Amino acid sequence: MTVHGGVGQSIKRKEDARFVRGKGNYVDDVKLPGMLYLDIVRSPYAHARIRSINIEKALKVPGVLAVIRGKDLEAANLAWMPTLMSDKQMVLPVERVMYQSQEVAAVVADSRYAAADGVVAVEVDYEPLPVVVDPMKALEPGAPILRPDRKEQTNRIWHWEVGDREGTDKALKESDVVVKENLYIPRIHVSSIETCGCVASFDAMGKLTVWMTTQAPHAIRTVFALVAGLPEQKIRIISPDIGGGFGGKVPVYPGYVLAVVAALKTGHPVKWIEDRSENIQADSFARDYHISAEIGATRDGKLTALRVKTIADHGYTDAAANPSKFPAGLFHIVTGSYPFEKAHVEVDGVYTNKPPGGIAYRCSFRVTEAAFTIERIVDSLARKLGMDPAEFRMKNFIPPEAFPFKSALGWEYDSGNYQGALRKAMDIVDYDALRKEQAEKRKRGELMGIGISSFTEIVGAGPSHTFDILGLKMFDSCEIRIHPTGKAIARFGTKSQGQGHETTYAQILAEELGISSEDIAIEEGDTDTAPYGLGTYASRSTPTAGAAASIAARKIRDKAQKIAAHLLEVSPDDLEWKDHKFQVKGVPDKAKTMAEIAFAAYTNHPPGMEAGLEAVDYYDPPNLTYPFGSYICVVDIDKETGEVKIRRFVAVDDCGTIINPMIVEGQIHGGLTMGLAPALLEEIHYDENGNMLGGSFMDYLLPTAVETPKWETAKTTTPSPHHPIGAKGVGESATVGAPAAIVNAVVDALAHLGVTHIDIPITPWKVWKILHEKRAA
Amino acid sequence: MVLAEMPSAGDEETGPFVNVHVTVNGAPRSATVETRTLLVHFLRENLSLTGTHIGCDTTNCGACTILLDGKAVKSCTILAVQADGRELRTVEGLETDGKLHPIQEGFIEEHGLQCGFCTPGMMMCSVALLQKNPHPTEEQIRRAISGNLCRCTGYVNIVKAIQHAANKMAGPSGGGRP
Amino acid sequence: MTPRYSIAQEVWGVIPPRFEYFAPSSIDEAVQILDRFGGEAKVLAGGQSLLPVMKLRLAEPRALVDINRIPDLAYIREDAKSLRIGATTRTNDLNDSELIHARYPILSDAAYEIADPLVRNMGTVGGNVSHGDPANDLPACMLALGAHFVVRSPTGTRTIPAKEFYQDTFVTALESNELLLEIQIPKARPGQGNAYVKLEKRIGDFPIVGVAANLVLTTKGTIESAGLALTAVGPTALKATEAERHLVGKAPEDAAFQRAAEFAQEITSPVSDLRGPAEYKRAMVRVLALRALHRASARAHGGA
Repeated sequence: MTVHGGVGQSIKRKEDARFVRGKGNYVDDVKLPGMLYLDIVRSPYAHARIRSINIEKALKVPGVLAVIRGKDLEAANLAWMPTLMSDKQMVLPVERVMYQSQEVAAVVADSRYAAADGVVAVEVDYEPLPVVVDPMKALEPGAPILRPDRKEQTNRIWHWEVGDREGTDKALKESDVVVKENLYIPRIHVSSIETCGCVASFDAMGKLTVWMTTQAPHAIRTVFALVAGLPEQKIRIISPDIGGGFGGKVPVYPGYVLAVVAALKTGHPVKWIEDRSENIQADSFARDYHISAEIGATRDGKLTALRVKTIADHGYTDAAANPSKFPAGLFHIVTGSYPFEKAHVEVDGVYTNKPPGGIAYRCSFRVTEAAFTIERIVDSLARKLGMDPAEFRMKNFIPPEAFPFKSALGWEYDSGNYQGALRKAMDIVDYDALRKEQAEKRKRGELMGIGISSFTEIVGAGPSHTFDILGLKMFDSCEIRIHPTGKAIARFGTKSQGQGHETTYAQILAEELGISSEDIAIEEGDTDTAPYGLGTYASRSTPTAGAAASIAARKIRDKAQKIAAHLLEVSPDDLEWKDHKFQVKGVPDKAKTMAEIAFAAYTNHPPGMEAGLEAVDYYDPPNLTYPFGSYICVVDIDKETGEVKIRRFVAVDDCGTIINPMIVEGQIHGGLTMGLAPALLEEIHYDENGNMLGGSFMDYLLPTAVETPKWETAKTTTPSPHHPIGAKGVGESATVGAPAAIVNAVVDALAHLGVTHIDIPITPWKVWKILHEKRAA
Repeated sequence: MVLAEMPSAGDEETGPFVNVHVTVNGAPRSATVETRTLLVHFLRENLSLTGTHIGCDTTNCGACTILLDGKAVKSCTILAVQADGRELRTVEGLETDGKLHPIQEGFIEEHGLQCGFCTPGMMMCSVALLQKNPHPTEEQIRRAISGNLCRCTGYVNIVKAIQHAANKMAGPSGGGRP
Repeated sequence: MTPRYSIAQEVWGVIPPRFEYFAPSSIDEAVQILDRFGGEAKVLAGGQSLLPVMKLRLAEPRALVDINRIPDLAYIREDAKSLRIGATTRTNDLNDSELIHARYPILSDAAYEIADPLVRNMGTVGGNVSHGDPANDLPACMLALGAHFVVRSPTGTRTIPAKEFYQDTFVTALESNELLLEIQIPKARPGQGNAYVKLEKRIGDFPIVGVAANLVLTTKGTIESAGLALTAVGPTALKATEAERHLVGKAPEDAAFQRAAEFAQEITSPVSDLRGPAEYKRAMVRVLALRALHRASARAHGGA
């Protein structure tokens, strides 16, 4: 008997029913009686002393009830708060602003419109200070010290390294061929279509409820308790429907704290919803890594060593949301799909006068940066050796029999079949035919390129021996309760922002419990009811909470087996779980379904056994998981304008066991589009005064349906040996793997002109400049 | 933190106000709002129709798309008063008598949504497209929704959802206007 | 020309400031109100340019004069001498018009590329033509076609040729108490072909460069008259007069077009900004001018 909605079925999503009717419940849909609105005054300067903040006019604006300034917070010890990386950030400044668009004061009013009028009426007198926007300059002696509050008077936040420095240096020196590339991965902004916001409300008993756009509600609750001194049982964080997260809704933004303070002081619920411009200009950015990578090989094309140095521009405080031992996230997956014997990575975090952050935009804790680096530089090396980039990769991949594979930088990859994925991609795209076509076109002076990216990802943070955020271990959880009529409810410590957990978790449980997925309700996001978890980001839900679901379900099966034995009057050892029910071994007609067992759990359970049928599991993953894939991108370049057009893009992904093929494919489509965006379109620019240029959707251009190609997807399946159902997670793979494929394709198209690298985004004028100069030469 | 005095009623500095009467999803609705009130806020706050969303502040994202006299428009860049006396259709008006509109079915069947935030606007734009062009080509579909941004889906399944609805509404048939 | 990108302002906002609102039902009423406010009232047509700047509080008019209730201001029709487009004709109406596609394809070319389809359902031809933004696409088309604008003031009606209309960035010949009523374009003739070509970073964006070309050929096949105008490479849309003069009398072929394109480049003063460095924009004027002229010529010969 197959169960409806089990693992591997492309069932339609349960959450769609409310979304297509416009009945989603997003934070801005929350309306409470007497609710007030908070809007924020922001700094036009990147670095300035605040001489005064005059709120007289603002208080006279009709509808304005209050204005909060830094000195009001200082009295309550709330002017500063910790970041998730144990640095500090301002809620509101008392003396100095440190980045353009920083929060300076907050206006509370009885309507959204009045709050906006109030913001305009606040008068702030600034004294501009010297601005530091270049992280290299920030490290030079004599640069203004941006954080005088720190013990070490330097703009270097931290230095982090891993690997064998001497061994790598030696191996590179002894390599026949060494290629070096400087790669700048510029700032981008995640820009989920829903911006951030919250509604904060204290009830008559002093309990705080905050509806919040957060990907990690429990962690937020604990942070609020520690920082604001509120008892944790009197804080409820509700993460309702979230309109996209992608990492941008993990940090604690000042706006959340301000709304809570305003709610406390006014005695009314307070709503804060940021505008898009505020979102782009002040919220957690992504990337901003200045990378220098060197790779070595033998004459006949065998990789020897990899050395990577990075300057990480974090803005004025390290507000990234990495696991605490890894300030550069999981960047040291940069050895990628290759068995380097020697490798060394060092990263220096730097302060600048820019918004804080670093982790967002589907990056899996800096894995996007790592995959981009290795797949770009491997390509450069192949070219230097005169080898075809596909052939070079095949020659060097970690072979399937080498797994579990311990990398030179300390990771143990669980499983992989890199050759299989690349072979499949090459077959689908007809790689040889494309190379022939390219050769012919090149003779005619037409520009066509083929780019490959064979990435290995690392997700599912993570095992408690290594992973924590602010000390909170990175397990995750599932709590299941089965009702007498055989239906179930399960709650999780994660929080979907569009990934379809209400459907996919039900599928895992359907498979494990033999209950139709339609009969299993899934809930997440309410800290009053959900078991503690670290939330959803870095593709961790399936590897951690998905595993917890399986294990919790199996705990239920253990008890169910005893109840079934009781009902069938046999010993539990006489039963086996087969075809989604408990059958007497060898006598399949003598069986009990989970529904029958559930009823009995409340009406006819064995003497001495507790009634009920429920279980909870807090899953501590034994390892991370390593999804992988091979992408091939074909581009045509307009010689006159430099425009790059993606003609075809084939993505072969391997995320282990696939729970819902339709949903996985949707994740790939979305991820690829968020890989195309930084490769060709998106970039956050600052001028030398720290002004952000183009901080709205008018200038920060997201891909539309017109630029986005018809993505072609395929799968291989190499299960994770340590995950209860072999699944690895997939949410970010495509954003990790796609940029290198696109850049490699453009470089491939121009390689015959001597081009080895172009920094992203590859704008038409960058290409034009190359062509123009080569023509002139 | 400084608290202001509560504003007194009838304060001349608020307003000017205007009465706005509209037909929304077939029903007459009205409210008195400031002349500067945007149509999207009128819908969401005054009429409590929160299915229409706000995703930007520069008229780019299309999350606020509704139908105004049958044409797809961005309600964040229209004053409520401009809609006075006119017919509006929002996502809440797609389902009729408990039956989903083919576009809603299409989005479910083809996995055309993930977080759901751009979806109402995307669907309203699609309804207008299919009313005007019952058999659009893929290129025409992509062009028609080029004012609606989505971060989650990568658009492939949105196109399929619209094609699904087109087939359902007009019967499968080839071509469209070039 | 100031670079086109939004630097963070002291106000981050979605909420416009307050204003008085008028919805006159006649042209005379409208111009009386404009006159009364002495430059502090703005015309609200589609609102797709005006409302965004009001939301950013970059413009704070004391009054808005909504002209959408004025009857007979939206039409596309041809008479003996001209194509006449009413000012509140929606941009998408240009796309939907068989007449425009068949006989004035430069306008549907441009309309197809202005902003996005939703904005085009509200935005008006009159607004795009008279806003004075050097990045608007229709002004160059108006210059290339030799259009005239009919405007009304409290004292009467006058006609302004497009080539005198665009004075500086956001500065046009339209007085603050005048209302644009109609755009008149010389009626399409046999042997005429025109085209608009736009280069943009992403669909719906402002142009990096746009070029409008209009050619009328003699029965012998040489160029009788030419219109060539440029978008986004100067303080206003620019009429490439020298290039136009050069084209007259020549065969509509690459040699003449190349030279015309070079002339066109010379009048530009593009700014380096988020949409490209100045040298790129200048180079693209040439590329696009060639494409526009070739397409116009093909259409003049009966092609598409």
